[in-house]
Amino acid sequence: MAVAEMIKSIAQAPEKEYYLPGHRTCAGCGPALAYRLIAKASGKNTIFIGPTGCMYVANTSYACGPWAVPWTHAQITNGGAVASGIEVAFKQLIKKGKIKDEFPNIIVMAGDGGAIDIGLQAASSMMYRGHDVLFLMYDNESYANTGIQVSPMTPYGATTMFTPSGPEIPEAKKFFPKDPMAIFCSGGHPEVKYGATASISYPVDLMNKVRKGLAVEGPAFLHVQCPCPKGWTYPADRTVELGKLAVETGMWFLYEIEDGVKKWNYMPKKLKPVEEYLQTQGRFSHLQPEHVAKMQAWVNQRTQLLGMEVPLPPAQ
Amino acid sequence: MPKAYKQVPFAAIVKSPTVNNQGMVTGNWRYLRPVVDKGLCTECKMCWISCPDATVNYSKDDGISFNLEFCKGCGVCSNVCPVGAINRVPELDFED
Repeated sequence: MAVAEMIKSIAQAPEKEYYLPGHRTCAGCGPALAYRLIAKASGKNTIFIGPTGCMYVANTSYACGPWAVPWTHAQITNGGAVASGIEVAFKQLIKKGKIKDEFPNIIVMAGDGGAIDIGLQAASSMMYRGHDVLFLMYDNESYANTGIQVSPMTPYGATTMFTPSGPEIPEAKKFFPKDPMAIFCSGGHPEVKYGATASISYPVDLMNKVRKGLAVEGPAFLHVQCPCPKGWTYPADRTVELGKLAVETGMWFLYEIEDGVKKWNYMPKKLKPVEEYLQTQGRFSHLQPEHVAKMQAWVNQRTQLLGMEVPLPPAQ
Repeated sequence: MPKAYKQVPFAAIVKSPTVNNQGMVTGNWRYLRPVVDKGLCTECKMCWISCPDATVNYSKDDGISFNLEFCKGCGVCSNVCPVGAINRVPELDFED
């Protein structure tokens, strides 16, 4: 895709599906919705690489998968490396005239573990070498397919199987999450010209960012927040609602960095208190007021660090 | 019947489905069925874009309909509907 055709509204979104019905993801799965929108935006001439994660394990049933486009599995450690190989092979075959096809859109669908934790070295070296690949991180904030284990993207205070709340550590998880945009798109990887954060609750924005990331020469990074009913412990029908609430409370931000220039795609007029977001999910149900205040202080600090100029709720 | 190794397909290559993946039919997971009220529906397509399973279909003539062979009954469509046109009806109320 040389020039990105932008989608202006839901009515203009492509009708054709490339991520079809018939997969074992949970009812109300956020990452599955992300996958569907990404496949819709990228179109027919696409190759997906699926490092191990929910979107590999829960999509592939025995000898079948829901993709209408080519897809291959990679180990959780090497999504970036497999994508590099595919990209270089296509470039060489086209250069030598062995195939007449157009260069495909190559997308790595890595989870938060496959991108920023276990798969970090392959992702980093792919971006360092400057392969023309869209590295996409669907972030459900845990290792969900093995039964909700803690990942570096799990927020402060969330219960997971490895971080239960107890008398020693009453807030469950005590560390704050990593910032992948700072690692990949803030000059640490000079070849990366486009990076963005997106959310499944803003589908038009997400689809446009996928198209922009594919249109850019060289690597692009996209960080998509995907609420997970099982891991976050909320009723399956609230997936899209919670994605919106995350943006409105400052637990998630929608911005893009193109050639080092940051642009906000959506900025709420006023941030809601983070407590509203924490209340909706069972994984935060044990939090005490002092933990909520600590979380609010962190959100306020991050908002200022990212340069978001909105009225903030008091952190006490 | 044994095959020479050259006749065996490379790695585990399977064909891509074109309409839906018949290898994993998920309609029997559902206990609440989405039912659209055509009188209220404004055809904003919010449910169509928000369905994780691509089971909401839209056509200009018939409006919104559901692919009940694969719908898992998560209820996202009903939750995102701005006019409340999608009801969730218990599956046991239906004959089929």
